Amino acid sequence: MLSGFRGLGVTLRGALRSKVTSEYPKEHLPLDNRFMGFPALTWDVPRDEPYCTGCMVCVRYCPTQCMSAKMQDNEKFSEGVSHRKKIIESFEINLGRCILCGICVDVCNFDAIEMSLEHERSERLRNANRVDLPTLLDMGRVYQVEVDWKQSKPNAASPNERAIAKAAAEEAKTAEESVAETSDPDDSVTTPEETGEDAA
Amino acid sequence: MTENVAPTNLGSTIIQVPSPEPGTVDMMVNMGPQHPATHGVFRMELRVDGEQIQDLVPHIGYLHRGSEKLCEHESYSQIITLFDRLDYVSNFNNELVIVSAVEKLMDVAPPPRAELIRIIMCEFNRIASHLLFYGTFAIDMGAITPLLYNFRDREKIQALFESVSGARMMHNYFRVGGVKEDVADEFESRSLALCDELEHGIDETDRLLTENEIFLERTSGIGVISGEDALDWGLSGPVLRASGVPYDVRVDEPYSRYDELDFGIPVGSAGDCWDRFYVRILEARESVSIIRQAIALMEPGDTMSKIRRIARPPAGEVYAHCENPRGDLGVYIVSEGGERPYRLKVRPPSFCNLQALRDLTVGHYIADAVVILGTLDIVLGEVDR
Repeated sequence: MLSGFRGLGVTLRGALRSKVTSEYPKEHLPLDNRFMGFPALTWDVPRDEPYCTGCMVCVRYCPTQCMSAKMQDNEKFSEGVSHRKKIIESFEINLGRCILCGICVDVCNFDAIEMSLEHERSERLRNANRVDLPTLLDMGRVYQVEVDWKQSKPNAASPNERAIAKAAAEEAKTAEESVAETSDPDDSVTTPEETGEDAA
Repeated sequence: MTENVAPTNLGSTIIQVPSPEPGTVDMMVNMGPQHPATHGVFRMELRVDGEQIQDLVPHIGYLHRGSEKLCEHESYSQIITLFDRLDYVSNFNNELVIVSAVEKLMDVAPPPRAELIRIIMCEFNRIASHLLFYGTFAIDMGAITPLLYNFRDREKIQALFESVSGARMMHNYFRVGGVKEDVADEFESRSLALCDELEHGIDETDRLLTENEIFLERTSGIGVISGEDALDWGLSGPVLRASGVPYDVRVDEPYSRYDELDFGIPVGSAGDCWDRFYVRILEARESVSIIRQAIALMEPGDTMSKIRRIARPPAGEVYAHCENPRGDLGVYIVSEGGERPYRLKVRPPSFCNLQALRDLTVGHYIADAVVILGTLDIVLGEVDR
């Protein structure tokens, strides 16, 4: 009898306790920013192009060979707008093969690939998980906004920017020279010792 | 009497057992590979006389993926992902073995902070693995409640893993010469809080199971193996320590920074199923204490030594082994220089512990076979590789 009541007490305590589980499709547990979802390609907003240059280093180091990439000449470089001589033409990741190890992110030299928070991909067709460049870039854009992504080092200057910088530097140099010509440095130089002696 | 024995296809491993009573016939019972108690795809052929097991032949290989051969085609950084998948409930411990083997070959030492992070992760993983063991072991005997309790706690550990490595399993977090990235700022306080919760969880399991009358009936005196026999079979880990042999790689051949930490090695006396269970309870408590000590030792610093990102060890041979939750996991690498090994051999504790299954089981009942297999705590990913 007594043990029966004790048992009911346990049940009651269990009923009043906060929930340990969450009902998955309705509620989602919060994801950590480090969470490794499927890889995605990042988008360089100031240059308005992908970071990826198609250097293939991730393709070489992928343990499951789930990626393929193709490089092309960057038109924006010839226009002088971008610093990237080469740019990605096509990129495919078979997300069905991807094991989410993050090695591609590790080896990338350009911050071009990141493990996004995307993890709920289920498709009806076997090949529907082979995602192409636009999809990867979309996933990347979402990810960049979600985690407030920052690139590890700033972009190099593009040819146009370099030209502008060079012109600016030359202008500054000529201005300096003109300043140097007009003013005589000897007049303005007074050493502290001299002033000190004068005061004494 | 031979006509009384049912035809068997036990192969060369068949042994002579006392012939059955006149009029009775030994029966072949097939257990697995889809049996829930085998914890994976493991098949046993039992020859039973009534309910008593006369002979047992394990069949393995259902999960064979050729990991060792695959390692010959992968660079060292890629091999870490394969090691994650050997013993898939103690991934960090597996990573530590391959990483320390390559470090030994290259003669580099990871920074002290990285070593401590590794130790903390491995010990958390040991607790997670043991929690899984208590739960599944209790289920093998018909008790479902402990599993729910233990999975609740294991979930917290995996959430911590996610905040550190980005993955709940298959972390790929350890690198040759350090770890992938430093832990987050709140890691230390979070781990300490988790330690308290885990201690509570382990106590709960202890209260639920250890002294339980039915549990004792099912486990004590079942599947006894003496320390001597255990050593002869090459057992290791909790299975060996339950038989009274205080062998632990962390103490006998300290690796990483285990020599700076103070912890005990729980040792059983009888070598039965109950001892193998209780040694794991005590071991999980020791792991909690190790984590607390390691966190106290943590100092800010680098987490990756200054070496090439792609490991390229010199030609040579190396053997490194570490204490896994299941025992002594070793890896032997033959390198010809370059990015990938010439040959890689794994010494899996689960596989070696499984060898004793037949000796432990013969003479017991079918229901005990499940319990004995449960206490060996095999992971088929490691047995079959």
